[in-house]
Amino acid sequence: MPNSERTPGLATARLPKDAYAERFTDLHPQLDDHEAQVAADRCYFCYDAPCMTACPTSIDIPLFIRQIVTGTPEAAAKTIFDQNILGGMCARVCPTETLCEEVCVREIAEGKPVKIGQLQRYATDTLMEKSAHPYQRGAATGKTVAVVGAGPAGLSAAHRLAMLGHDITLFDARKKLGGLNEFGIASYKSTDDFAQKEVDWLLSIGGITVEAGRALGDDLTLESLNSEFDAVFLSIGLGGVNALRADGTDLDGVEDAVDFIARLRQAQDLSTLSVGRDVVVIGGGMTAVDAAVQAKLLGAQNVTMAYRRGKDRMGASQYEQDLATSKGVNIVYNAQPIAILGEGACRGVSFEYTADIDGALKGTGEMVEFRADQVLVAIGQTLKDAPQGLTLQGGKIAVDVYGKTTVEKVWAGGDCASGGDDLTVTAVAEGRDAAMDIHSVLMGKG
Amino acid sequence: MADLTSEFCGIKSPNPFWLASAPPTDKEYNVRRAFEAGWGGVVWKTLGAEGPPVVNVNGPRYGAIFGADRRLLGLNNIELITDRPLEVNLAEMTRVKKDYPDRALIASVMVPCDEKSWKDILPRIAETGCDGFELNFGCPHGMAERGMGSAVGQVPEYIEMVTRWCKEATGLPIIVKLTPNISNILLPAEAAKRGGADAVSLINTINSITGVNLDSFSPEPMIDGKGTHGGYCGPAVKPIAMNMVAEIARNPETHDLPISGIGGVTTWRDAAEFLALGAGNVQVCTAVMTYGFKVVEEMISGLSQYLDEKGMTSVAELSGKAVPNVTDWQYLNLNHVTKAVIDQDECISCGRCYAACEDTSHQAISMTPDRVFEVMDDECVACNLCVNVCPIEGCITMKTLDAGDLDERTGKVVTKDYGNWTEHPNNPSATAAE
Repeated sequence: MPNSERTPGLATARLPKDAYAERFTDLHPQLDDHEAQVAADRCYFCYDAPCMTACPTSIDIPLFIRQIVTGTPEAAAKTIFDQNILGGMCARVCPTETLCEEVCVREIAEGKPVKIGQLQRYATDTLMEKSAHPYQRGAATGKTVAVVGAGPAGLSAAHRLAMLGHDITLFDARKKLGGLNEFGIASYKSTDDFAQKEVDWLLSIGGITVEAGRALGDDLTLESLNSEFDAVFLSIGLGGVNALRADGTDLDGVEDAVDFIARLRQAQDLSTLSVGRDVVVIGGGMTAVDAAVQAKLLGAQNVTMAYRRGKDRMGASQYEQDLATSKGVNIVYNAQPIAILGEGACRGVSFEYTADIDGALKGTGEMVEFRADQVLVAIGQTLKDAPQGLTLQGGKIAVDVYGKTTVEKVWAGGDCASGGDDLTVTAVAEGRDAAMDIHSVLMGKG
Repeated sequence: MADLTSEFCGIKSPNPFWLASAPPTDKEYNVRRAFEAGWGGVVWKTLGAEGPPVVNVNGPRYGAIFGADRRLLGLNNIELITDRPLEVNLAEMTRVKKDYPDRALIASVMVPCDEKSWKDILPRIAETGCDGFELNFGCPHGMAERGMGSAVGQVPEYIEMVTRWCKEATGLPIIVKLTPNISNILLPAEAAKRGGADAVSLINTINSITGVNLDSFSPEPMIDGKGTHGGYCGPAVKPIAMNMVAEIARNPETHDLPISGIGGVTTWRDAAEFLALGAGNVQVCTAVMTYGFKVVEEMISGLSQYLDEKGMTSVAELSGKAVPNVTDWQYLNLNHVTKAVIDQDECISCGRCYAACEDTSHQAISMTPDRVFEVMDDECVACNLCVNVCPIEGCITMKTLDAGDLDERTGKVVTKDYGNWTEHPNNPSATAAE
């Protein structure tokens, strides 16, 4: 008998072969021309628009929407890319419901914001499908910059610096560039290999030498980079994960959610991935939602996402929570894990209910147990293997508002650096801003 | 419920909504369906002289202007008068009138500008049983090049002459349709009256180019790479039409001349506005070309409800109600002071009022860092621009200052007395106040 959603334990191919493509299709398909016109027509072209203020990269949203209305989506895309070279990915993954669209005046007026994210995708896809890279490199400066980590922050910084005429060497620990865009985002948000296409498109500006498969470590040290290059930008992300303080984390079937997602993103054939019949996801952020939803899409019968605090403290937005529940994920609030149960392989997780009393989280003594043949842990990531000599702040590389670290000629941005919301879009902004500061310093204006 | 029965220069119809002479009234099939849908009258698509009919272009006849969400705001056309033989039209008109005796059926006519042409054709058309004639002196394209349509309508003497011929040729009411493509609408209206016209109808369409194709560099609508000016109509022309109607209605020479109001009537409200400005009925075209004949149902129910709410029992009671309030600028009360007020509960903080006032008006709206917009009474000249650009209806309103209130902008106390430019001290030719 073939496997199904009811097959106990970890199993591959729970779904018919053709069900995967349908289930993992685009969450929001690209707007067609007519849909884009109707959506764009709703923009009021606000003065000093709140959406623009809410955007971490300060994209001129009213302008780009007006450019769509007037039949020039290519110009709209240019408006977006001027501020955010990863505007294509951000259009797909930004939590717009808590950023631009949350403050859209039509959200206030009618409870229905202008579809800013989808319009951004319409514009950026239009330009990128024409494949011509819209930027040219400036006159060569003869300066060299090492960018370490080719995630959103590193790509953003590398592109901006290359555009300004510097020669960039872009290192990444993995063989494939893109960082979390490639390995960390739910696949229904970035379909059709978009992350790699975007990287290729971005690199086509030229002036960026890629050194893939090279991580900071024995042969690549901050000292060596610092002596070899005129400046260094660190965008190494958060390589570690927080350890779950509960018994049983070594049981079979227990995995970090980020590894589960990365595996899924890289799979050529989703039916070869094993997923539990009963899956418990521990955590309340976007990674937890991405893991829970995708476990469900892979054919898990029961997916429970347990968060130790209340709904109001949850990192995942209401939109993300609704997405999860609409896919059949059961979200349990105020439940902290006590132990993962089982012998050899996990069979369940026991939780204690909690209460937030005067700001302190306390167990209430009530226990609940969920069946689990797979447990995905998504309780946050940590900076791992930070180079010696850098000052840390709150577990991250301390930087000033320009992204400067405490070490001369070294900047940092993205998730590994202090500040920011650990969003793709904030990482892009930090990479861009650090690049501009590096440029100022290198050209003697800083 | 208010009685919508209409009598317009002696022609009765169950309601004041007529279809204008245009493609919707080109043939029996359409007109029967229009009457079934509830239209009170129809002005049949303009008939020409006997003989081979005109031919139309075989490419696009219409061009358009759109508002948000591709709502059609203005339409232009380069279609000519009917391109079907006269006898076919007459036979169809006869049949239709016989079957719909309670509806108004008007024959629109355009023949060459000689006495014989007009005097020959009118009695012949009258045999259809039609209720009256509309002389098409308005069509601005094609026919005008042949000395007809607006070529006649732009010369008051011709209007008077042709109208007189027509009055001599028939006992049926004569409605003269006026072109807006003229500097002063009173001149043709007065000429029509001198010629003995029973009524005027206006406006016909406005010379226009709706767009330019930026690839082929030709005007739209484009025929084989070329374009020509067409006649513009639809919601966009309504303000122009209403002004012309009002000018005729308040002109001492023409104030008693019945007016059939035409130009962008799309809803009952548009119709009510034309009526209030002195029209006795209205003619509709673009609205049905956009939405179909069914729109008349909303016009009937809406006008009826409005008349009931106002305690009016007939269309005639509404007709001309606003005419006494149409005046010249010099008689506007300069002592009437208003200020814009923003309802903070309604405001969605888009800031359009601020951009408009700050960039283009009187810098009379303040903005706080958390996007609260407020009117500064000491700067506000009450221009109304903020009201007009605000996307939320009713959010910004104009508040009238009471007599005795201080106008913070001028530092003067508002007086209850009326005062206009004719007596203002800054007017070099001011006359003493009464």
